[in-house]
Amino acid sequence: MPLLYVPIAILILYSFNDSQLVSVWSHFSTRWYGELFKNAQMREAAWLSFSIATISATASTVLGTAAAFALRSMRPSPGRSLFEGLLMVPLILPEVLTGLAMLLLFVFLGEAIGWPRTRGTATIAIAHITFGMAYAAVLIRARLSQQDPVLEEAAADLGATPWRIFWRVSLPLLAPALIAAWLLAFTLSLDDVVISSFVTGPGASTLPIVVLSSVRLGVSPQINALASLLVLFVAVLMIAATLVLRSSSRQKHG
Amino acid sequence: MDAHQDRSLTAPSPPGAQSASPLISLDRMSKRFAGTPAVDDVSLDIARGEFFCLVGASGSGKTTLLRLIAGLEQPDAGRILIDGEDITGRPAYRRPVNMMFQSYALFPHLSVERNVAFGLEEEHRPKAEIRERVRAALDLFDMAGLAARKPHQLSGGQRQRVALARALVKEPKILLLDEPLAALDKKLRERAQSELVALRARVGITFVMVTHDQEEAMRMASRIALMRDGKIVQIGSPSDLYDTPRSRFAADFFGAANLFEGRVTAISETEASVESTEAGATLRARSASSLTIGMPVAVMIRPEQVRVSRETQQADNALRGQIRGLVFLGSTVLCHVGLDGGKIIVVRLSPTEYASAGAPADGESVYLSWPASSARVLTE
Repeated sequence: MPLLYVPIAILILYSFNDSQLVSVWSHFSTRWYGELFKNAQMREAAWLSFSIATISATASTVLGTAAAFALRSMRPSPGRSLFEGLLMVPLILPEVLTGLAMLLLFVFLGEAIGWPRTRGTATIAIAHITFGMAYAAVLIRARLSQQDPVLEEAAADLGATPWRIFWRVSLPLLAPALIAAWLLAFTLSLDDVVISSFVTGPGASTLPIVVLSSVRLGVSPQINALASLLVLFVAVLMIAATLVLRSSSRQKHG
Repeated sequence: MDAHQDRSLTAPSPPGAQSASPLISLDRMSKRFAGTPAVDDVSLDIARGEFFCLVGASGSGKTTLLRLIAGLEQPDAGRILIDGEDITGRPAYRRPVNMMFQSYALFPHLSVERNVAFGLEEEHRPKAEIRERVRAALDLFDMAGLAARKPHQLSGGQRQRVALARALVKEPKILLLDEPLAALDKKLRERAQSELVALRARVGITFVMVTHDQEEAMRMASRIALMRDGKIVQIGSPSDLYDTPRSRFAADFFGAANLFEGRVTAISETEASVESTEAGATLRARSASSLTIGMPVAVMIRPEQVRVSRETQQADNALRGQIRGLVFLGSTVLCHVGLDGGKIIVVRLSPTEYASAGAPADGESVYLSWPASSARVLTE
């Protein structure tokens, strides 16, 4: 297992390399981090990526919650199994296929109803929501199925309408799963390059796309610095998600 | 069954309570789950101020019946009236009843105080009134000091009291209790039983409780409905059900019973003679229901109604047998007596009765006797 982390360790190590050449160590320096922050294209791409990730994580969580509640209230039936299967498709479909399918959809829609006229931020966000929602739904459903329905019955017995029960009991109890789902969808959106590159358009380059295209022109040590920061950021998010889930389950059983 | 069994904690329901209009009236209610009837054509009236118990084995439909009253299930057929008003089909959140759940169902994300306030907040009461009523409810259960705690920081007994406070703070017309004491250990449970009965008298609310524990039902209830397979087998006061069960099932459910299968050979106004091969004799017993000669019936005699002696006794019923086992329980002695036909009869004696019977040892021959008035003919 530790072997898997060796490449990442090397990458982080070389991000502190002063040399112009990525693979030749000269001496320690934070020079490339400085260069990175001065790079306007990188800053814009980062801003775009974070915006899209925020939008798609939020929408994914809302839609994933809706799907989880809808599925729970359905009786076991072929219709429900179909819906469950459809929800999982983005998880198993190769990204290239999802990307291509989304691109075709947007091109078709653009011609049929005139929207989207150009592809960019909106189309990337929509594409990210389609798979983010699937992950969010899986996570939230798992949590919801553990939740004792007697709590909702107790709320109804005490005079709460179904809508009030949802806001006062169901949702607060789901909070840890909602946070974890949001963080997961956010990370997935931030990481995605394949689907994004299909549905992106002129002027909308997310961070991973910029990285990929700049690598084609030769790896700049700036990329090492950027990659190190991303690794750090994603790690913090994932640890946060794990901690949120774990601490809440401890409270429940404690 | 132990010696406490006949010590009821409640006064019997006030005379005439039945004649006044009932607080709850179930009219031919039925509920099926996936084709199997859980509640099957049940009609039932419960009067104001009763401590009513639904008892039965698991799967008898008692909890479903409670949930139908709460509105957590809707009936497939039948009507339910509360205070004369038809509330069939009305959702749980619009019924003047509150329920205490077996698992207590406290909201884990809310403090004790907020749990208790929940129902009043949903009624949109003024803040000051909510605070006042929550405080009063917590005081009632000596829980004021724990108002800020979360449910997971409470003991089982404390959780039970918070659940009660939360259900009572809305001052419902009816409090439904689903196995409210099942999660408590035995010591705590006995105290909680008397507390619940005292509480009912104090708050004056009608209680409807579900329990599988017949002893608990007999101690607490003013009236009991015994359920089996979704139907009510018998309704009555605890002493009715114990002394005059109508069926073999009811006789067996409420305490130990010796049953002799046989056929009716003679009928008088209040008594019948039953020829029983199991007993090897013709037995005389009280009977209420209409019998016919030759009808298959059972004769029931409670273990504490049987006398044991070394010599033959002049009695309505007398049998001979051999002691096959003795269990000393301190306040009572349980004798297992094998009849000549092989049937084992359980007899419960006080230590004094046992001594005056000559303290028969294991294996000794004894005579059993009882008057016709303490035995019952059961037709069902």
